[in-house]
Amino acid sequence: MSYAGWIIFTASLVGFSCGLIGVFLILRKTAMMADAISHTVLLGIVVAFLITGELSGVYMVIGGIVAGIVTTYLVQLLRSLDVQHDASMGIVFTTLFAIGVILIATKAGNAHLDVQHALMGEITFIPFHTTTLPFIGDVPVAVVLLAVISVVVLLLIVVFYKEWKLTSFDPALAASLGIPVTLMHYLFMSLVSVTTVASFDAVGAIMVVAMLITPAAAAYLWTDRLAVMLVLSSSFGIFSAVIGYYIAQWLDTSISGSMAFATGIVFIISFLFAPTHGIVQKYLFVKRETTTS
Amino acid sequence: MWSILLSSNTQWVLLSTMILGIAAGMVGCIAYFKRQNLMSDALSHAALPGVVIAFILFAEKQLYVLIIGAAVSALCGALFIQAVSTSTRISEDASMGMVLAVFYGLGIMLLTIANRMVSGNQSGLVSFIYGQAAAMVRSDMYTMILLALAVVFILFLLLKEWKVYLFDGGFAKGIGLSVRGMDLLYIGILVTTIVIGIQAVGVILMAALMITPAVSARYWTKTFAMMLLLSALFGGISGAVGTLITALWSGLPTGPFIVVVASSLFIFSLLFGKEKGIVLRFIEQSRQRKTIEAREVG
Amino acid sequence: MRDIVLQVNHLAAAYRKNTVLHDVNFTVRAGSLTGIVGPNGAGKSTLIKTLLQLHPALSGEIRFYQTTYQKAKDKIGYVPQRGSVDWDFPTTALDVVTMGLYRKIGWLKWPRAKHKAKAYEALEKMGMADYANRQISQLSGGQQQRVFLARALVQDADMYFMDEPLVGVDAATERAIMAILKELKKAGKTVLVVHHDLQTVSEYFDHVMLLNRTVINYGKTEVVFTKENIAKTYGGNMRWMGEEEQNVVHSVK
Repeated sequence: MSYAGWIIFTASLVGFSCGLIGVFLILRKTAMMADAISHTVLLGIVVAFLITGELSGVYMVIGGIVAGIVTTYLVQLLRSLDVQHDASMGIVFTTLFAIGVILIATKAGNAHLDVQHALMGEITFIPFHTTTLPFIGDVPVAVVLLAVISVVVLLLIVVFYKEWKLTSFDPALAASLGIPVTLMHYLFMSLVSVTTVASFDAVGAIMVVAMLITPAAAAYLWTDRLAVMLVLSSSFGIFSAVIGYYIAQWLDTSISGSMAFATGIVFIISFLFAPTHGIVQKYLFVKRETTTS
Repeated sequence: MWSILLSSNTQWVLLSTMILGIAAGMVGCIAYFKRQNLMSDALSHAALPGVVIAFILFAEKQLYVLIIGAAVSALCGALFIQAVSTSTRISEDASMGMVLAVFYGLGIMLLTIANRMVSGNQSGLVSFIYGQAAAMVRSDMYTMILLALAVVFILFLLLKEWKVYLFDGGFAKGIGLSVRGMDLLYIGILVTTIVIGIQAVGVILMAALMITPAVSARYWTKTFAMMLLLSALFGGISGAVGTLITALWSGLPTGPFIVVVASSLFIFSLLFGKEKGIVLRFIEQSRQRKTIEAREVG
Repeated sequence: MRDIVLQVNHLAAAYRKNTVLHDVNFTVRAGSLTGIVGPNGAGKSTLIKTLLQLHPALSGEIRFYQTTYQKAKDKIGYVPQRGSVDWDFPTTALDVVTMGLYRKIGWLKWPRAKHKAKAYEALEKMGMADYANRQISQLSGGQQQRVFLARALVQDADMYFMDEPLVGVDAATERAIMAILKELKKAGKTVLVVHHDLQTVSEYFDHVMLLNRTVINYGKTEVVFTKENIAKTYGGNMRWMGEEEQNVVHSVK
């Protein structure tokens, strides 16, 4: 595949898996957990680096998952101590992120780890860093990682589809039916962190947040069916990745920034023109009602 | 080592981060009661495109120019959050997340373009975005201190109005207080504090300076005025001590240390706070259990 | 004593810093239809949640069918307050009812046609068949409550806990729900309902529990539901009169 092809493919995998997960983030009203986890993952990666001395995929993923679970746990802990939910997120993620930044500055200064990189990613280098797979040939490492994670995400969502639906809609009933609601919550947050870590190196924290929240929010305006929302959201994610790439080419600017921006364009279009929930439709509807009555 | 502390520049940096902490702590209380703790996070990210556009247009790193750009852009973000969360079924936190990420993405796009267009030194811009209090020049500090003092002044002057506005909007309307006006004022001081704070602690950690002191203060008092004072105190201490640490070990980023100090104060409050602190709560609970057991036996 | 289906001894529960429930004792017999009444903050919802282990108990013992809740879980159905879920959730009425069958369907399996048919049947029983494929946000408050009831019906439990099912519903829905509750009772099921309208208690329930942080009185409605006991629960005659007036206003709405 060509250089551009690999970049688009990498970003599409991010868009696909984030799009799926984002739907449940939105429906569980924990969208900002995406922001929190995408930042604390940095600490996980730094700690993994300090322990193992290398910046390889596996350690990064493990470090990231641990960071995600720790974040989720701490936020839940503060919540159970009567701290407002969004305040708990704010305190936990800024603290862990600050510790991460301090560790980078004091202990890991010479490693290929810096805050700016973590936030924006370096998608342009993805195609150069390859590994050889049987039957397929040379494939960028990030693509392998992201492909595996996309499959895992898809599988877990399909297999536990009805449990995700019930625990998101009515956790009290779910608990009384014997579904382990807390365990499902941690599993879900682990999925968020795995996806974030895998996407991290390629596109950076901020684009992960954009990809997790915006396509799902846009899809929420188009449909009243959960299954349709999942399909739409992941498609929007992929679409934004492709469009973003070409915007970046056209303006000769940051690819991941453009992709984040492209999710915004998709949302604005949905916000304006989606049937029943778009504001143009709402406006016309109100107009028609007032003229007929 | 102490000579660094005695240098007048360090003293000025110390003063400005302290006053910033005070202002942020107080504004954070208002955000806390409006249940918009993460608004500061969203808006500090949303400020980025404005900063870069101002930089491109005027091709210089004048703090007040960047601040105006940041403020305009953050206000657009606030407007967008308001529009989406009131006119669709998308919740406020999702709207904040979108604004945060999309605006930031746009900012990064513009920043990359700016780097290409404006030849010469743009490292000042990067330190502005990621926060480096030590890199501030004297005139920046004057601007910061002046604006932070203005925010504190507005909060004190309208203390009873804020109280009514936060606890009972309907009543506020009844006594002729313009809720809309207060909304605007709230967004105004929130944005002002954020944009002056970005330079000292950075886009990402600005939220901590707003959220953490307010929540910490909650563990010590029940009255609003006292909470404002304590939050200001915690914010001020965080700003000053964080800056002090980085001044003594030069080269370290200021923002993260300010945040870690604020978080330590929070953990202390959470444990030992007079209102609902964990230790007190634990004692209370075991006492409850004992009385229940005693009642059952008796 | 085989017909004792729920036995609670010395139950206590706290909400945040305050003890909400203390020394709660009662036994429920099979086939009874109980209304749980008490002033605001009396701990009615907390009681149900504590019984169902959705809220931690400080102390005390709870026995369902002479065994623990975990073992009796299959026999117990729960209808949360309508306001406890997000009605903008992208799903249909039929889908919500099918959720009641998730335990029967089991892990890793998808609902099949027979499950959907059963859910549809329950909707039909609640007079909601025409709305089966409606998005749930497009339903009125009464219709949403009927969907919740239908979901409880498909669970096919022996004992039901319902948290304020009659709040904010129209008169027709109130009648439909009460008809179903009487039917459940006739089928030998046990039903406990958190209720807020004192005026309808005698008409609706054969047993009543007067609750104010502890059980003031529990038993057959005609024996227990006296003016004195109500006054005791609501803290004095004056308060009770006020409460009654509130309820009048409420039902007019």
